[in-house]
Parts: sequence; C-alpha cells; structure tokens
Amino acid sequence: MHLQKAACAAAALSLFAAGGAMAETLTIATVNNGDMIRMQGLTDDFTAKTGHKVEWVTLEENVLRQRVTTDISTKGGQFDIMTIGMYETPIWARNGWLAPLDNLSAEYDVDDILPAIRNGLSVDGTLYAAPFYGESSMIMYRKDLMEAAGLTMPEAPSWDFVAEAARKMTDRENGIYGICLRGKAGWGENMAFLTAMSNSFGARWFDMEWRPQFDTPEWKQTLTFYLDLMNEAGPPGASANGFNENLSLFQQGKCGMWIDATVAASFVTNPKESTVADKVGFALAPDAGLGKRSNWLWAWALAIPTGTKKEAAARQFIEWATSKAYLELVAQKEGWPNVPPGTRASLYANPEYAKAPFAEMTLKSINSADPLHPTVKPVPYVGVQFVAIPEFAGIATEVGQEFSAALAGQQTAEEALAKAQALTEDAMEAAGYR
Amino acid sequence: MAREHSPRRKALLTVAAWTAGLLIFFPILWTILTSFKTEAQAIADPPLFLNFDWTLENYAAVQERSDYMRFLWNSIVISGASTLLGVLIAVPAAWSMAFVPSKRTKDILLWMLSTKMLPAVGVLYPIYLIFIELGLLDTRAGLTVVIMLINLPIIVWMLYTYFREIPVDILEAARMDGADLRAEILYVLAPMALPGIASTVLLNVILAWNEAFWTLNLTAANAAPLTAFIASYSSPEGLFYAKLSAASTMAIAPILILGWFSQKQLVRGLTFGAVK
Amino acid sequence: MATRRSRAAARMMMAPAVVLLLGWMLVPLTMTLWFSFRRYLPMRGGDLGWAGFDNYVRFVSSSAFWPSIQATLVIVGGVLAATVALGVLLALLLDQPIWGQGVVRVLVIAPFFVMPTVSALVWKNMFMDPVNGLFAHLWRLFGAEPLAWMSEASLPSIVLIVSWQWLPFATLILLTAIQSLDREQLEAAEMDGAGPLSRFVHIILPHLSRAVTVVILIQTIFLLSVFAEIFVTTQGSFGTRTLTYLIYQRVLESQNVGLGSAGGVYAIILANIVAIFLMRIVGKNLDA
Repeated sequence: MHLQKAACAAAALSLFAAGGAMAETLTIATVNNGDMIRMQGLTDDFTAKTGHKVEWVTLEENVLRQRVTTDISTKGGQFDIMTIGMYETPIWARNGWLAPLDNLSAEYDVDDILPAIRNGLSVDGTLYAAPFYGESSMIMYRKDLMEAAGLTMPEAPSWDFVAEAARKMTDRENGIYGICLRGKAGWGENMAFLTAMSNSFGARWFDMEWRPQFDTPEWKQTLTFYLDLMNEAGPPGASANGFNENLSLFQQGKCGMWIDATVAASFVTNPKESTVADKVGFALAPDAGLGKRSNWLWAWALAIPTGTKKEAAARQFIEWATSKAYLELVAQKEGWPNVPPGTRASLYANPEYAKAPFAEMTLKSINSADPLHPTVKPVPYVGVQFVAIPEFAGIATEVGQEFSAALAGQQTAEEALAKAQALTEDAMEAAGYR
Repeated sequence: MAREHSPRRKALLTVAAWTAGLLIFFPILWTILTSFKTEAQAIADPPLFLNFDWTLENYAAVQERSDYMRFLWNSIVISGASTLLGVLIAVPAAWSMAFVPSKRTKDILLWMLSTKMLPAVGVLYPIYLIFIELGLLDTRAGLTVVIMLINLPIIVWMLYTYFREIPVDILEAARMDGADLRAEILYVLAPMALPGIASTVLLNVILAWNEAFWTLNLTAANAAPLTAFIASYSSPEGLFYAKLSAASTMAIAPILILGWFSQKQLVRGLTFGAVK
Repeated sequence: MATRRSRAAARMMMAPAVVLLLGWMLVPLTMTLWFSFRRYLPMRGGDLGWAGFDNYVRFVSSSAFWPSIQATLVIVGGVLAATVALGVLLALLLDQPIWGQGVVRVLVIAPFFVMPTVSALVWKNMFMDPVNGLFAHLWRLFGAEPLAWMSEASLPSIVLIVSWQWLPFATLILLTAIQSLDREQLEAAEMDGAGPLSRFVHIILPHLSRAVTVVILIQTIFLLSVFAEIFVTTQGSFGTRTLTYLIYQRVLESQNVGLGSAGGVYAIILANIVAIFLMRIVGKNLDA
C-alpha cells in the first residue's frame, strides 16, 4: 500500500515536472458574437506562445449571462475567465468577485486603452476587466437612398432631421424602411437604445433621491417620438427586432438608416456579408439640442473570477486577447477592418485602420459618451444606457417589455409609461432604495 | 369480415394522410434543406425549395467552431446512462406496484408524477449549491443523476402500466410448477415485459436527449451535451439561417434516426395505460 | 396471493425509487422554502436575513402575477385542446387503410424527437420571422401584409410551436387506443345504419376517453413547465410570461432568489391544484 502510494506520488511529481510547472487548461465562457468566434479560431496562437490550452464555452448572450451570474454568485468556480460587460463589471468588482487586473506588463500598455472604456471597467481607479471590444452607437445610413430622398446627412444630425429623412426614405412597396431601431424587449436590447435616446431628450431613470422618472414629460416625449417614428418608417414586426435582426435587415438593404452599435459598421461594410457594403455612410447618433447625444457606451470585457486556481494563466490569456499584438494578428489573418474595435487609441492612430470608412466616426462616438455624467440633469448613478445597480437588468427588461408592447400597438405610450413607473417603484422599494 | 374498401376511398384517404404527414414534417424538412444552402440562398425571395446549389459549407463552418463529436458523445452518455439507471431502479418498483398493489399504490404513483411539476428554475440555486458541495458541476455523472431523477416518475409509470397488463395467472401457474422468483422473472415475465421496457427506454432516451434546462445550467466545457451546442448558434450576428439549420440538423439527427428505426418498439409500448 | 412476505419484498423493491424521488423532492423543496423566507440577493452579498412573508406578499401583489397565471393556463389549455382535437383526427386518419402508412406515421411522429430549443428557433426564425420567414413569403404571395407573429400573435404562436411538438405524442397514444377498438362492434353499428358521425360520437369517442385522460395528464405535467420555447421566442413579452418564466425573471434577471423561491412555492401549489383537479375530474378514468 505504502509503496503504491509513494509510486503514485512520484509519478505525479514527474508528470508535474514534465508538464513544465504551468501548462494549464483554461475554461473561458464567452458570447457568440463574431469577434469572439474569431478569437476562438486564433486560440492556437496563444497555446503556441504559452503552452496553456483553452476550453471554450460559447453561448448566446442571454444564456451566457444567466450561466456566469449563477456561477459567480454561488462561487461555483466553473470558469477561469468570464466574458462580461460594462454593466456587470463595477457591480461584481464591488462584491469582491473579480480579481483586479493591476500589474499588467509594460508591453500591454494599459494607458493605451481609451479612457471612456477604461473608466467604465474600473472601480476606484483599478481595472477589473480588460476590454475585448468597445462600442458606442451611431447612425449607419444608405448614401444612395439618402441622395434619392434629396437630403444630405450632416455629421451630427438632430432627431428632427432623422425623422424627416426616415419618412422620405420609406418605400414599403419595395420593402425599404426608413429606419430600423431596436424593439425587442430586454435591458440590453430596446432599453439600451431607448435609455440612450432618452438621455438626449433630457430624461433620466432616477432623480437624486432614486425616484423613478417615467412620469416626466421628457420620457413621454422620448417614447412618443420613438413610437411615431417606428410606426411611420419602421419595418414590420419591429417589436421583435434586436441587434441581430436589424443587422440582417440592413445587410439585405431593407433599412434606410439604422442607429445601433458601432461594431455593426464592419459587418455592414463587409461585401461578403452585406449586399449594400459600398453604399453605407456614418454619422453621430442624433440629439435634441440639449447637449447630450443619444449614443451609448459598452464594452465586452474579459474578467477573472476570484478564487480560480489558474489566475496566472488566466492573466496571460487576457493580456494576449486584449493586446496590441492580438489586433495585429487578426489584421494579418482577416484584414484591418475586422479587428475588434473600440479599445485602443493606438488602433485609431494606425493609418491602415483609419482607411476603414467607419473608424473615425466610431472613435468620435466613443469619446463623446460619458458614463459618469450621462444625462442632462444630475443622476445618482453611472452608466449611459444602463444604471449600474444590481436590480437594473431585471427592472429594465420588464420596462422594455412594456415599451415593446407599446410598439406592437398593444398599449399606448401613456399606459406603457404608467406601468413602467409602477413596476420600477415597486422593484426599487423591494431593493430597499426608498 | 372486413368491409370492402373502394379504391377511390383509399386513394382519398391516402392523399389526406400524406398531406397531413408532410405538413407536420415540413418544418424539419425545411431545416434540413436550408442547411445545404448558402446564407444568401437561405433567405432568397421567393424561397428556394430544391433548385439551389447544394453545399456542405455550413456543416464545415459549424464543425470548425465547435467540436460536435464531444457534444454528441456527452448527449449519448448522459441520455443512455440516465435511462439505464432509471430503468434499473424503476423496474423493481413498477413490478411491485403492478403485482403486489396496495391501497397506496396509486397515491404513490401520482405523487411520483407530481414531483415532475416542480419548476426547474425555482430550484436552480439550491441544486447549483448542492452540486458545488458535491463537486458534481460540469460532470456527466452529476447530469446523469439529475436527468434520471427527472424522468424516473415517467419510467415508473410507463413500466407500471405495462406490467399491469401481464396476466397474473401465468405467474401463479409458474409458481405451481415450482419456479422460484428468479426463474419466474427470467423465464416467464422478462419475455413478456421486454417490449414495454424497450419502449420505455426509447421514450426516456428521447426525453433525456432533449432536456435543455439542467443540461445547460449545470455544465461548462466538459459535460455539455448537444443542447449547449445549439445554444451557441441561437442568434449570431448577420445572416445565420443556414448555419442555424446545419447546427439544428446535427443536434436532432441522431435521435431522429434512432426514433425512426425503432418507432415500432416505441409505439408498441407507448400507451401509459391508455389502452385496456 | 399477496402474502406478508411478498408485501415486504414489494416494499423493498419500491424503496430505491421512492427514497430517491423523496430526496429529489424534499431537498430542493426544503431549500426553496428556506430561501423564500430570506432576503436572498446574490448580487448584494447573498443571504441578508429573515424576510418573513415579504417575498410571498410581494410576488403576488406584483402586477405581473395574475397575468402570468392566465398565460400559463392559456398555453396549457390551448396546447391540450389543439393536440387532443388534432390528435384524434390524425389518429382516425392513420387508422384507415392507406398506401404508405408506415412512412406517414414516421413523418407524423418526427416533431417529437426535436429539442424544444431547436423547434423554437426554427419556428421563430425560419417560419414566423415577419421579413424572411416562410409565412411572410406566403402572406405576401397572397398580397397580405406579413404578420409579426411574435408580437401580434404571441400566445397563439407559442401554442402553435408547443402543439407541434406534442401532437405526435397525443396522436400515437390515441392511435394505439383506436386500434384496440373492437371492430365487430363498429361493423355492427354500421349494419344498424349508424352514420360515420354517430359511430364516432357513440362508439369511438367513449372508447378514447381513457386515452385522452392519459394524454391530458402526461402533457399537463410537461406543459406547466414550458420554458425553452418562451425563452427563445418572446422572452416573456407580449403577454407570454408564464408563472415559470416569471420565476425565472425574478431569480435570474432580477437576481432576487428569495422572491423567486416564493414564486416557486406558488408554482408548486398551482401544480398541485392542477394535479388534484386532474385526479378528481379525469383521474377516475384511470381506475376503470
């Protein structure tokens, strides 16, 4: 018995030595977006450089969120790296669930990360998640249709201009809809858009005493404007359209304008996927003359849950995946327009990348978003298109369902806002804010 | 004395039945067809039925992205093992309920079925915490046990209704002839019970294969079956109908083929006591 | 023949199944009950102490509660009605002598093998999508404005998808029952001049009652917990938020495990009410 044990131990030791102290297998949970799928395809480069292997768990966004949240809040320890967003990062970091990403290597050059993005992923100046790609939102429009309508898109249009253009571009006979906007319920779907839009109309989620604000004229104006616009110039069934649905509509040439994530720009200008690749123009998200534009700020980022035994290897992976070298690797394999955008200043300084038609407008949009001061009037929260409190996702999804139902014509804007106000008050009370 | 059936009536009924059958099958057929189109052809207007350039590129793309064989193997192991385990536990129980019924037998049966009504989401946190405690997260063993427990009531019920139809007289006759319990089971009952067990096994393999809540929430990289495989294709960016179709076809093909080959066995025992 | 010894043996044989299921029921149930009386907010640091009946009161007083019960009942009822009605028709049809019976049967049972997630994805995207879906093409072919299924006809859409999945099950059970029908009785009735309709109403339907009971019983158990179909399609909007989905939203979207657990207890109560109802009203058939 003893001998056997000793033999086992010796075998284990020799294995350990042979493996080089550090060859680990990392389990990474990520979302099934194009840039992440591309990263999966390039994992071999990481393995070649470090010897660590990677197991991917790729899930659709909603499934991913449910999966990683359950795991991290119960300390399940199933993942060494989780793909999370700008919304989760500050909340989880404050709970002590994320390993701080300090002491990053000099060549990683953390100061190169765009300040707006970095601030959104930091708590008290410490970075807790490294941005894999960052995005704001902007207008993508069809130059040919705009010209046919006899209009010229300014670089920074107003909502009134957008509404006028949308109505003129609409040609239902031929399946062309002037504007495609998110309508599918969800805090990261229609509410991301509508919250950002409401900022430009001077509305806000809560006042300084955390009182919900859906009963204010600003919200009524926002929602009415949105509903009118979509009813007159939007595609059928818009209340079921999220990012993906609108992307495919735009790629098929069915949308005149689309206000959505800046990352979509590389998809709609990719001739392999898009039938309108050479006809797309870009402009800043509209405003209503109140000093705030309706663009949001978001980043998908990689974070390490505290308690993983493979933290060192996980750090190596994060440095690899969000480094300048990774951008070059993608550029070399897939061309510059396909690198994950919106994270590093050096990318926008790169003349190769600047050739992409959307590079400049993406950077301008990201820089014009301010998560610390998102609204016209003061608010007690941070986050442009979300409110960084744990209850927000649940509340906003329910509010989103009311707004979505209004878009589907099942209730009026007033009814939707009244219900939104009631359910938000209820939830905030349950959470102990008031 | 069977009635004479006029050929015309038969033809009419044939047309009706085939129409219904094809309508019901159409969504699956359409998915399979779409999986062989390019993304652009998949959304062509008007839709293309057979007149397109058949391609395997979607299957290649799906395989490149996710290791299908691993998901498939997990599905096979989990649904197979959970069914086997379930049947091993259920046969004696159903047996005693059918042949030595007591006043409470029916209550126990209904209670067993009622455990299936516990909404899975409501107990996600409890089960997750237990799984962490036992180190069962992302293991095939853990999933096998959970799926087995979920389906156990159905297995017991099916076997019970099937066993009940076995005439008791035969048992008594065998006992008269001096057969002991072992012989009784092996030579008298097993041959009669086998079709029922076969169809129970089939139905439960199907149910286990398609279980999509626990298999998704209790796994990560190691034990994830095909339900998790499909979850990474549900709404990618851009055009995705063709790839979604390919992934869907890959996820359902094994069980569909198994089901078709064994449909006689499946149907024979699938009565749940509906027939007396 | 039930001697004391055989009774004891029977108990022994039943024990593993009963004990396992008891554990499977009691352990999570106890934990759910415990959580339901706690302020358990994973995002705010976990268990924050005793909550009394707060969670129970809050869950019921939420404006989403009664609509969710209604949506649950509509979906369960709608699917049961559709599958039983169509199932009877299909079973009658498949019982007739036709060419290629085996193949037709294979076609009809196929949906039963499809994962709920896959069927929801396929229906939602490839059929019910208002722009690229096959239905939209069909509608336009007839000059109609395509229907936005998921928002304008959300509940019927979900009932349609779920019914499609369960129709094979109902059909097969009913078919087995029809095939066990005494042919001579039918023929005798025909001799006596009973028309097809009266034969159906007076002979076939009563014969099927037991099978219908079984279909309703088994399907209800599965339908009460329908989740994937809603998660994939409407995510609970447009009046499709069932009780199960509401619990999901409370537990995972709002991250309020205490509140969700209280919802879970309500769901168990609802399930038991439905179960008792089933047993009392239709369960009698099973004894016969």
